[in-house]
Amino acid sequence: MKEFNIDFMGFRKIATICSLVLVVASLASLAINQLNWGLDFTGGSLVEVEYENSANPNAIRLQLDEAGFQGHVVQFFGSDKDILVRIPPQKNLTDKENARLGDRITAVLKEGGQGVDLRRSEFVGPAVGEELTNQGGLGLLAALGSVMVYIAFRFQLKFAIGAVTALFHDVIITLGAFSIIGWDFDLTVVAALLAVIGYSLNDTIVVSDRVRENFRKIRKSNPTAIINTSLNQTLGRTLVTSFTTLLVLVALLVMGGEQIRGFAIGLTIGVVIGTYSSIYIAANVLLAMGISKEDLAIPIKEGQDDPDMMEMPDR
Amino acid sequence: MLNKYPLWKNLLVLTAVVLGVIFSLPNIYPPDFAVQVSSENNGESVTTDALDAAVASVEEAGFDYFDPMITPDGNILIRFKTDTEQRQAKSVIQRAMFDAPGEYVVALNAAASTPEWLKDLRAEPMKYGLDLRGGVHFLMEVDTESVVTNRIDSLETDVKRKLREQKIRYKSVDSPRRGVLHVSFRDEDVRSAARSELESQYREFTFSNGDDEFPYLALTITQNAIDEMEDFAISQNLQTIRNRVNELGVAEPLVQRLGRNRIVVDLPGVQDTAEAKRILGKVATLQFRFEAKPDAPRSTTINFDYEGRDATLEKNIILRGDRVVDAQVGFDPDSGLPQVNITLDSEGGNLMHRSTRNNIGRRMGTVFIETKTRDSYEMVDGVEVRKSEPYVVKRVVSLATVQAALPRQFRITGLGAGEARELSLLLRAGALAADMYIVEERTVGASMGQENVDQGAMSVSIGLSLVLLFMLVYYRVFGLAANLGLMINLTLLVAVMSSIGATLTLPGIAGIVLTVGMAVDANVLIFSRIREELKNGLSPQSAINAGFERAFTTILDANLTTLIVAVILYSIGTGPVKGFAITLSIGILTSMFTALMCTRAIVNLMYGGRNIKSLSI
Repeated sequence: MKEFNIDFMGFRKIATICSLVLVVASLASLAINQLNWGLDFTGGSLVEVEYENSANPNAIRLQLDEAGFQGHVVQFFGSDKDILVRIPPQKNLTDKENARLGDRITAVLKEGGQGVDLRRSEFVGPAVGEELTNQGGLGLLAALGSVMVYIAFRFQLKFAIGAVTALFHDVIITLGAFSIIGWDFDLTVVAALLAVIGYSLNDTIVVSDRVRENFRKIRKSNPTAIINTSLNQTLGRTLVTSFTTLLVLVALLVMGGEQIRGFAIGLTIGVVIGTYSSIYIAANVLLAMGISKEDLAIPIKEGQDDPDMMEMPDR
Repeated sequence: MLNKYPLWKNLLVLTAVVLGVIFSLPNIYPPDFAVQVSSENNGESVTTDALDAAVASVEEAGFDYFDPMITPDGNILIRFKTDTEQRQAKSVIQRAMFDAPGEYVVALNAAASTPEWLKDLRAEPMKYGLDLRGGVHFLMEVDTESVVTNRIDSLETDVKRKLREQKIRYKSVDSPRRGVLHVSFRDEDVRSAARSELESQYREFTFSNGDDEFPYLALTITQNAIDEMEDFAISQNLQTIRNRVNELGVAEPLVQRLGRNRIVVDLPGVQDTAEAKRILGKVATLQFRFEAKPDAPRSTTINFDYEGRDATLEKNIILRGDRVVDAQVGFDPDSGLPQVNITLDSEGGNLMHRSTRNNIGRRMGTVFIETKTRDSYEMVDGVEVRKSEPYVVKRVVSLATVQAALPRQFRITGLGAGEARELSLLLRAGALAADMYIVEERTVGASMGQENVDQGAMSVSIGLSLVLLFMLVYYRVFGLAANLGLMINLTLLVAVMSSIGATLTLPGIAGIVLTVGMAVDANVLIFSRIREELKNGLSPQSAINAGFERAFTTILDANLTTLIVAVILYSIGTGPVKGFAITLSIGILTSMFTALMCTRAIVNLMYGGRNIKSLSI
């Protein structure tokens, strides 16, 4: 089996710069390009239809223009027979009429001559979209907050700050990727982001756990060396788990179909970034905050001697 | 001894595995194509006569049916070999049930083909969400604002009339903001006269004095009353929707209140959204008419069906259902018998009073009018085509003797408990409900649903195979143990989801796939720890033990934090996010159990208590 002995912390300056660049670029893109908000958040209608033979988006656009629809987006979805039409709420229509927009579009498309099969149709009212946006944001914050409390309680505040910094790092960069490339950002991507938080956390905790253990076990060493040792010891596990997770995500990307593509992409990016951040961000923050043995000393109670023994009694 | 589980732990693992297998087993039996016949009255069971009629019709038409039965929920299920037969049989049964006594909903359904012995253990297959079986999902919002506004409007007319009747002169009446009515007077004496007159009559309002240009009296509706009115409006709309969904012929509809003022309507299998919307949007109406006098000329009377007999009523309508504000089941304080308490709006009260005061002793009928659709089948160019045509059903739902001049609030007595409930529902269904509009709609075509199932199953199996292969190559014998654990994990996950009745959705499948990828993490942690301990010079047996022991806290912390995230995801999420969160949460729990208990048991069985020199890890 392989043994790792990489001086991770020797690269910490470069890693910090890399992370900063990515985070700043992501934030800039989020500010300038924003996200390509999906239907779930903007409200509006969406119709997915399958044509008998390959479809012609230009002809369909013309068809919809003639029928008087405004602001529609027509695109292929998965194959050249599959067409997705997205349309914002029409200003000249009432709320009730807008709710029936999908039916009207389907009717117009069916008039085109070719056999058209309705595969999916969605309508989201503007109020619902706003609620979902708030809920999504609130959920992310609630997740980050409660995780921080748990880690501060189970480990120590510095670890909690390290872990949450890593989470922010992962979420911001994943969001940035969606913003820069312009992928649709819908509810499933929010689910993916929260899964990324869960995943990245998992990684960070494994590393932190080892850091804590080594700080208590290795007596004569400086924090940097201890963290390096811990990272090397957990590297095998980190890589194997990331690899198996990526394996299934690739299966999901290739086989899962268009509807969960956003989810799969979001998670794939998140897992890669999360693996990196558990090595560089969380540990880096720990060092930057000057983690020391004293932070992890277990208050010695009467009748118990070795703190190490207390934590992991050998059986 | 090291690495030997006590018997109870082995038994625990074994029990979990056996239960997991049993409760996940129903999912491998593909559902049958079935036609479901249910009573139009929600919750009422169909009779064996109806079953006989339905079976006779398919028998006569020569279909290859099997297993006709009445389910515990009181529905008829008749199964067929192919979906073509199922669809053809549906129209045959529909025609037969139309002639049979009673009203029925005939719908296509997928009937679980769980074998008897599994059914006896209450093992059921997982339910599929709309995105997997196709169908329509509506989220409707009830306009509760207008309910309050309407109440204030009717209060305004009411108050004006009362004050006029009592000869109390007011200057003006207006509603400066939602839920408040201001009545201004010339001076404070008039105001206090008005206040003492009104205060006892409107208990759902709080009264306060104010001074503007003139002294005024402010009537503010209480929050309690608003809540009550909103609840009433929602339950009324719920009832109306349930009645109409019946018409759509949906096998397992879901109509449910969501939050304060929303209603979720899930209609699996429905494809024609336009039709669904039209039917859901329909209004039933209600009329009150006197029973015709025996000597009344035929030209002034009209006949309606009343419990199977004819009732002859006057053509002249006393008032219509849009004047009904409320209808509740109550009990006669004297006799304790059930009754229906009806409240009309002020104009309705006037009309009712004027008409009834000279007709005491006559009977008054309540006519319920509903537009329904009927499917007929026609052969066009050799193909059977379904045609839906609307038809109107009018029937008398109550015929009661007028015992006094009726005021705004009156009651109908002499009813059974069931009748009273039914009548109050019908009165409310016919009353002018609060406006309702669609705020979210999702339709998934049937072909798309099937495709989602196929793609989902495909990604799970490919993802699983890849992980199994990798683990086997990387950890060899221990990889085998981990793989067995992973299979058990999947089985348990499916078993738990099936037995708690969770709904499987596309994001849920994504959650399963992710669980497969992440579930091995615990094993990887343990195995790398064992490798380390071996390197540190521990004997194989101690290394195995130390690996499991030391990895325990790490696994616990890592999984608990992820579980926190999953629970938050569940509590804030809607639709797709919830489906993902459920599978993720259950997956975390089952994978912790399998990694810590099952894999350990397997490793113990393989290595425990033996003298071994090296480990295949």
